[in-house]
Amino acid sequence: MSASAIVMMVVAMLIIWGGLALAVTSLVRHGAVEQRAENVRRDL
Amino acid sequence: MSSTAGAAAQQERRRGAFSSRRVFILAAIGSAVGLGNIWRFPYVAYENGGGAFVVPYLVALLTSGIPFLLLDYAIGHRHRGSAPLSFARLRRGAEGLGWWQVAICFLIAVYYAAVLAWALSYTFFSLDQAWGADPNAFFFGEYLQAGDVAVTADVVPGVLVPLAVVWLAVLVVMALGVQRGIGVVSLVFIPVLVLAFAVLVVQALLLPGSGAGLDALFTPDWAALAEPGVWAAAFGQIFFSLSIGFGIMITYASYVGRREDMTGSGLVVGFSNSSFELLAGIGVFAALGFMAQAGGVAVGDVVDDGIGLAFVAFPTIISEAPGGALIGILFFGSLVIAGITSLISVIEVVISAVRDKLDTSRLTATLAVVVPTAVLSLVLFSTTSGIYVLDVVDHFVNQYGILVVALLSMLVVAWGLRALPRLADHLNVHGRPRLGGGWRVLTSVVAPVGLAIVLFLAVRDDLETPYGDYPTWLLLGFGWLLVLALPLLGFLLARLPWRAGTHLDGPPPGSDPGAPLDGAAVAGTTARDRSVSGYDEGGRR
Repeated sequence: MSASAIVMMVVAMLIIWGGLALAVTSLVRHGAVEQRAENVRRDL
Repeated sequence: MSSTAGAAAQQERRRGAFSSRRVFILAAIGSAVGLGNIWRFPYVAYENGGGAFVVPYLVALLTSGIPFLLLDYAIGHRHRGSAPLSFARLRRGAEGLGWWQVAICFLIAVYYAAVLAWALSYTFFSLDQAWGADPNAFFFGEYLQAGDVAVTADVVPGVLVPLAVVWLAVLVVMALGVQRGIGVVSLVFIPVLVLAFAVLVVQALLLPGSGAGLDALFTPDWAALAEPGVWAAAFGQIFFSLSIGFGIMITYASYVGRREDMTGSGLVVGFSNSSFELLAGIGVFAALGFMAQAGGVAVGDVVDDGIGLAFVAFPTIISEAPGGALIGILFFGSLVIAGITSLISVIEVVISAVRDKLDTSRLTATLAVVVPTAVLSLVLFSTTSGIYVLDVVDHFVNQYGILVVALLSMLVVAWGLRALPRLADHLNVHGRPRLGGGWRVLTSVVAPVGLAIVLFLAVRDDLETPYGDYPTWLLLGFGWLLVLALPLLGFLLARLPWRAGTHLDGPPPGSDPGAPLDGAAVAGTTARDRSVSGYDEGGRR
């Protein structure tokens, strides 16, 4: 493979697969509102 | 329990619902990831700048694909209905758009199942490379028995049997309902699909010549970025790949609990779809690199897409590669799984609409939708003329069915009904990141302009050169007239009355995502149990 092809492959992987990882992490951190509401109720 | 919350819970039990956000996300990924991810994306990327295609592709994903996906989610999630019911609740006069989308889904299901039947046959053919030395002649001649371009009633048993099997499987899944059918299938088969394709990619990368294939796919042609056609190809690929604009995501979003983060879920679905496409691109081009080296030709000479890639190129690779049978089972098995999860999403659009409009049980609606669809599919596509009809219907339904209804409904929602602010408010109650003016601009201007350009180029090409050089009668009958009939049918169906008591003006009572969870503790059940039943639909309303 040429250097430019390798670079573009890595860039595509980083952005698209990295974007997926970020999106999943963000969703998990934000969490289900239902779950948060349940936690609040238990705390009370 | 407040009366409105009780009514909402009761309604969700009737309609059916996914048991959790995870199930919904997997079902939405199952719908988005289809045959196009595997056999269209690699070719489109290669033909439109290779590695440089990443730039317009990402621009299209972020400025058009994901914003449009979120629009669909907002419409379905806020209005808690199938496509016709959601549009009717937006504005009664818009209901016809929803039925137009339903008609398109019905038509897609009719022919999409045929390709799954071929892939199912080829999964087994891979075991002993039944296609012999000439996969092209085998596919068109021996397997499909395609003769002259004509519509015939000569049945091909080799296609009829797997097609019947596909429809039987669909019937069972749909009859089981939203959670036990669609949800469970997605929960099991999407991880299996990713795993199977990952193994396929590793196998392909180990083949000699795979590096040359990846080189062909990823070497950037930066000059391509100056060509409008390349940007249109990126917008088209993102649009067709994400299952947006024709009712699927509206329907699925209506099955999600009202307090879920739909924005974050949309980002996960959008990036998952593209992630799988990238994986498919690597696997397909690694295999094509091997094929080129084995044949002593350049990669560009063996590149193909669609039916040619799957049923001619891959059988050649499978015959020549070490461990070819495994590659074949993984490749065609992946096509079957990716296809069936998309097919059930398309059929669900129709079933959901029928259930919302008429007072029917899940089983009755399933039988009323799946049986006629299956019969039509078997009649049209298990004959010797199936391939030609399929090719024409597929082209016209995509270009002038999905694309036009998506563009029109986007314009109606954004400009006609000016609904974007309230839809953004709905998603922002629990969604992160929050949607603001940027999303509204992308959804009302950037995405429609992108789609309009794709549509304009498609019309120009079809008027310049008749699609596929098919005879005019075939293009007229199964192309132009068919796509013109779909909106007519849609707006006719919209004139049928709704069942008594259907709430039509705005979101139904109890669907406010910001409403407190007060009823849950009183009722002694968890909020999750109530708002997202995860159960399958009860009987008649």
